[in-house]
Amino acid sequence: MTTDTSVILDIQDVSKRFGGLLALDRVSFGIEKGEILGLIGPNGAGKTTLFNAINGVYPPTEGHVIFQGQDVTGLPSFKLARMGMARTHQVVRPLSELSVRENVTVGACFGRENLSLDQAGRVADEVLAFVGLAERREMLAGKLNVAQKKRLELARALAARPTLLLLDEVLAGLNPHEVAGMLDVIRQIREQGVTIIMIEHLMHAVMNVSDRVVVLNYGAKIAEGTPTAVSNNQQVIEAYLGDPKVARQFLEEAE
Amino acid sequence: MNLWKQPFLWATLLVILVFALIPIVTGSAALREDWLLILLYLVLASSINIIMGYTGYVSFGHIVYFGIGGYVAFFLIQQAGMHLVFATLIGGLVAVLIAVLIGMPVLRLRGAYFALATIGINEAMRNFVANFEPFGGSVGMFFNYEVYTAYGGAKDALWLAYYGMVVVALAVVATSFFVKKSKFGLGLMAIREDQDVAQVLGIDPARHKVTAYAISAFFPALAGALFFFKNGVIEPGPAFLLHRSIEGLVMVMLGGYGTVLGPIVGAFVYERLRSFLITNPTFSSFHLFIAGLLLLLIVLFVTAGVVGWLRQKSPTLRRVLE
Amino acid sequence: MNIEALLASSIDGLMLGFVYGLAAMGLTLIFGVMKVINLGHGPIIALGMFIVYLVATQLGLNPYLGLVIALLLGLAFGIVVYFLAVHRVINAPELTTLLATFSVNLMIIGVGTVVFTTTPRALAIDLGTWQSGVITVLGTKAVAVVIAVIVTGALYAFLYRTRVGKSIRAVANNRAAAELMGINSTWVLALSFGIGTMLAMISGGLLATLFSFTILSGGIYELKSFVIVVLGGLGNPTGALVGGIVLGLLEGITTIFIPVGWVPVIEYVVFVLIILVRPTGLLGAR
Repeated sequence: MTTDTSVILDIQDVSKRFGGLLALDRVSFGIEKGEILGLIGPNGAGKTTLFNAINGVYPPTEGHVIFQGQDVTGLPSFKLARMGMARTHQVVRPLSELSVRENVTVGACFGRENLSLDQAGRVADEVLAFVGLAERREMLAGKLNVAQKKRLELARALAARPTLLLLDEVLAGLNPHEVAGMLDVIRQIREQGVTIIMIEHLMHAVMNVSDRVVVLNYGAKIAEGTPTAVSNNQQVIEAYLGDPKVARQFLEEAE
Repeated sequence: MNLWKQPFLWATLLVILVFALIPIVTGSAALREDWLLILLYLVLASSINIIMGYTGYVSFGHIVYFGIGGYVAFFLIQQAGMHLVFATLIGGLVAVLIAVLIGMPVLRLRGAYFALATIGINEAMRNFVANFEPFGGSVGMFFNYEVYTAYGGAKDALWLAYYGMVVVALAVVATSFFVKKSKFGLGLMAIREDQDVAQVLGIDPARHKVTAYAISAFFPALAGALFFFKNGVIEPGPAFLLHRSIEGLVMVMLGGYGTVLGPIVGAFVYERLRSFLITNPTFSSFHLFIAGLLLLLIVLFVTAGVVGWLRQKSPTLRRVLE
Repeated sequence: MNIEALLASSIDGLMLGFVYGLAAMGLTLIFGVMKVINLGHGPIIALGMFIVYLVATQLGLNPYLGLVIALLLGLAFGIVVYFLAVHRVINAPELTTLLATFSVNLMIIGVGTVVFTTTPRALAIDLGTWQSGVITVLGTKAVAVVIAVIVTGALYAFLYRTRVGKSIRAVANNRAAAELMGINSTWVLALSFGIGTMLAMISGGLLATLFSFTILSGGIYELKSFVIVVLGGLGNPTGALVGGIVLGLLEGITTIFIPVGWVPVIEYVVFVLIILVRPTGLLGAR
């Protein structure tokens, strides 16, 4: 149990094994209230696996997850959602046959505040206006385009009024204009006091918006620190060397 | 939710009630038999819709609860001399209890596995009852004529069963409506669309699914109790008839799954069509073939069903039709 | 408990198991290749029974010749059913294909009851018996086992040795990848549906040489096929054969210990339990 109340999420030696594959290797880090933490690493580094282990999609093989001072290791995700943890998915997963508004209402209804249907509907309208989907509220969610679906994912998570938001590549597949819009939205969310962990591949974006960055490689944490410190870290640059373009981006950021 | 501001619900209940009154006003026993059957199918289809249309779990063997309700009530009336109303309610509650016990493990299964398991459960139950001596084994049970005297003779007893079916039908439609418009119903539909996402959003899938399953077991059990009371005889074959179960699915598909109105329309159209085919000398032998052909055409070309199709046609209809 | 009676009953069950296994293989092949649970399986088994019956009684030919006709008609019929009822919804959710194949079930039963009525039929074939102690083996059963084994062997040779068979396995493994390799998946799917249907019909034909039947009899064997397929793992033909033998044995043995009426109760309870505990089948990989 952590006694430090400013730490909202504490990941302690979390490992996850799938058969013979060690997908997460004793990862530890904490995140403070109100922070934006960037979680980066090459493909297959275990970023989404870590989200799943934190979020109760599956329990970690070893280690503990402490959320708001409570040991939540292995709790099912619906319980975590009610405690205030929300997430978006890397591959958008709209509830296709429900309207956009209904999608967001689900988030509000069953989230931290456990709202009634009417109250949840009002929250949904606010959140939809916030992410810029208000005009599409009556559309079936399956009919949205990719950028809109990304916003819907975010809106659904936000409607739960979470204390901690896990964002899994919300910027992927967006054009530069849309990325800028989404980054704005993310900053505004933080201003509302929501703590954010974001997995991201777009380096300039994640470096720009994060207070701190954690780097995973082959399931293990290889670096942690401010964006500048991390981009100068030799180990991190090496981890990305398989991908020269990204390595170069790193070097440019470091300048 | 303000009950008085739900014109759709009131209109639907009113239409059903008006139709259901036709046999009562005319006093025609033949019409009563027709409408009893239509209402029975309405109950079955609307109930299946709650677990299949709202929640996305295709219960192929749902008729098992019709049989359970029928057998429990029949047994209580015949052996314990219990009044039809109480026996029917107990039949419903037993079905709910069994549905909860079965639902907890079985609803963890997904897709085709769940569908297959429900078929297995119905067949296991049918064969069990056929061997279960207190329920009369393979020959089943039948009433002596005296049973009906408690209700003022056979004629009045049959009318009582009909009134009961009308009440159950209205109750199932109201339930179906309230479930769909409730937070609980929204949770069910989220599970139908993507169970993992629903769970991440804070929905407890197991509790939602088992509750929906129990509700969907309750009404067919009541209908079973009334139906077999009216028949005066119950046997394993007709009580656990898998075909009837699947006819229920056909009605849901025909009318439009996931809507309140769909199963009602589907039950009415399908039952009328079926009796027309059965009584028509040219088609009588081919009624199964025509039912099959109709099902195939719906599945291949109008997946959303009649009501679903209308809802897709215009936003106004989408708002009006539930 | 008489050990000889147990043995006799086990052998009887074992032999039937081969015939059950054949029908189940048809079901599991279709599922394995296209993830469709064919609810028209039962009436198709019944059609196989009637083909053999009609060949023997109407054409006056040897009933075993009827099996060859059942084989050819089954293949053709399956392909037709695939294109009429399944192809359009092959990528739709499971419910849709379940209902589509069930509509085929209704149509066959509908026409079948009109044409054949529901009066029980039986073929009177006497191939003698073979006896040793209490163990009696009917000649017809022995022949049925031999034919079932031959068909199974031929199926395996086809799936593993021929080009077409290999494309079927490729499509079963990964349809998109198979298409990229230039395999025409539509025809492979149609052919697989045809072969699955053919196996059901042959199995039905063999059952007709053993028991009396009506157009509705297929239902029982369809349910047995489901039990077997679940025993052996959905989509696994070897599992279906082994599952068939296990089920046959189980039926044979349990009838000694408990009244016959309870056997189906146990079968279905076991069926549901296996789905719950090991949905991949007892033989399937986890």
